[in-house]
Amino acid sequence: MSTPDLSVEQLDKRFADHVAVDRLSFAVERGSFFSILGPSGCGKTTLLRMIAGFTVPDRGDIRIGGHSMRDVAPNRRPVNMVFQHLALFPMMSVGENVGFGLARRGVNKAERVRRAAAMLERVGLAGAAGKRVEELSGGQRQRVAIARSLVLEPTLLLLDEPLGALDLKLREHMKIELKQLQAAFGTTFVYITHDQSEALVLSDHVAVMNRGRFEQLGTPQQLYYEPATAFVAGFVGANNRIPGRAVGVDGELVELLTPQGWSVRARRSGPVSPGDAVAAFVRPEVASIELEAAQLPPQMARYAGEVQSLLFDGANSAVLIVEQQTRFEFRVALPQTGRLADLKPGAQVFFGFDPQRAICFTAAAAAAAAAGSAHV
Amino acid sequence: MMLAVLLTPALLWLFALIILPHVQLALLSFRERTAPRTYAASLMQYRTFFSEPLYWGVFVRTAIMSALATVLTLLVAFPVAWIIAKVARGRASSLLFVLCLIPFWVSETVRALGWLILLRESGVLPTLLVRLGITAVPVELLYHNATILVGLVYTSLLFMVVPLVSSLESLDNSLIEAAYNLGAKGPAILRQIVIPHAAPGITSGCIVVFMLTLGNYLTPNLLGGKNSQWFTELIYTQFIVRFNWEQGAAFGFLLLALSTGMVALGLRVSGQRFVDVMRRA
Repeated sequence: MSTPDLSVEQLDKRFADHVAVDRLSFAVERGSFFSILGPSGCGKTTLLRMIAGFTVPDRGDIRIGGHSMRDVAPNRRPVNMVFQHLALFPMMSVGENVGFGLARRGVNKAERVRRAAAMLERVGLAGAAGKRVEELSGGQRQRVAIARSLVLEPTLLLLDEPLGALDLKLREHMKIELKQLQAAFGTTFVYITHDQSEALVLSDHVAVMNRGRFEQLGTPQQLYYEPATAFVAGFVGANNRIPGRAVGVDGELVELLTPQGWSVRARRSGPVSPGDAVAAFVRPEVASIELEAAQLPPQMARYAGEVQSLLFDGANSAVLIVEQQTRFEFRVALPQTGRLADLKPGAQVFFGFDPQRAICFTAAAAAAAAAGSAHV
Repeated sequence: MMLAVLLTPALLWLFALIILPHVQLALLSFRERTAPRTYAASLMQYRTFFSEPLYWGVFVRTAIMSALATVLTLLVAFPVAWIIAKVARGRASSLLFVLCLIPFWVSETVRALGWLILLRESGVLPTLLVRLGITAVPVELLYHNATILVGLVYTSLLFMVVPLVSSLESLDNSLIEAAYNLGAKGPAILRQIVIPHAAPGITSGCIVVFMLTLGNYLTPNLLGGKNSQWFTELIYTQFIVRFNWEQGAAFGFLLLALSTGMVALGLRVSGQRFVDVMRRA
């Protein structure tokens, strides 16, 4: 394997009484799209600013393209950044924005204009060089910000929640564009976001960050299907969180009893002993809903419930059900076929899930998950 | 109706204190006394100005010194404004601002007298220079061009700092970081990002300081003494000492033309529009 484009070793940063980044080590492969996902205040912005050189680490080292960045000023690092609000220079034309970095490297004017125009063409803004920044739409500005960085052929492109300021429709569109641009240029992207959907859609690898540390680093699929910690289970994707106490452990499966007396079973992650405070996580699409109990697959535990509300959202539609005995609120995805779409609040239904696909963590970890999800 | 009521004081002020006296002065400046109590329309007052080297000499000197004082004020005020707007945080920033304001709690006369105490031959600074062995005898630091400039810069500083702070505060820090990130160094960032952004503030500060300096009477008079040769002193002399209102009025109009011309030139050179600049001030 070649040298990673970015490698971070034992990085530490404290602000007064607050630990922003806590002995963090990781590496990012050349040419990959790497995301750091976390709630606000988890330290991801501090981490990004340390990579860019705007914040000095207390301890540890950052190596970019194999070279230590210790004592390398921000304007001498092979790193460019797309800022949260893009930070395009309003006093310059689009072409001058893209040519700014080249001018600082002493590239002559004719060459600068040529390369800026070529780069603008690659991001689909051919002929926009003469325009003023404020004449462009949000998506176009985004592309100018990326072009301005990529024209310098950096080893690493850092992106600081660049889609945050866009409206939903444009954000969805820009996600696809970003992924295509990254594939076309082959530059290593390090992307920070608090939006799990952006991280899952865009990335080859995602690190979920919480309180200055990585909770888990893996592919989007690993994070979604095999969360390593309760925090990841709570933060990535929608999940039903069922807190309670372990009353029995049978090999991989834990029997959990909620304070109201609802009993569910889930696969354990890590050691769990009877009596431990635990929390189970069940994804809405893992659970099934039927009008008759017999229609549910046989391996599922079956529960009776009442429809509280229908959360229609196209393909992501779900039903909010309250369990009959304990009034526990549980979210179940609606079948994609549109079957059951005419359910009314108050309808009596049956629901269940495969215990093998529900995950149970001990409460120490689960408490962290609750604290984390409160931020979102 | 409501609008008319609200605008009345402003219009009244504009008419009574600005337009009316200027019409009167204009009429005065274009006549000459041919015999006691008889006057004739004439350009004599203006002709006198151009034919008398002392008059236009002082005029040009006042213009150059004012321009110099404006540039010096900008150079001194810019780092101060930068620290207030970008470096100092919260209380420290307000405190620095108040420090700039404190000299204005006393009158200009008292402020100028403060300089007299410091700089006169038997004053604090010449005595100190002798004690330190830098000069053998106390030197007179008053009545030099440099002394006048020091006084003018000191008097004008606040009027430059205020527009600069407001224009620098509106500069998004991430623009500066982005410039660093793209490989720029300090001077390039100042030239390409900071100054273009602050241009309206710089221009409005310069206009205000230039006008105040050009029309200043007290500071050049006290710190420059008999040699100060400031144009406002000539106007004062014509009106009050020589009782030659016609000549004084002509001088007044020439000063107005000078200040208008210089402001127009400044705007042209910096590529700013007067309306934009005044909105920043």
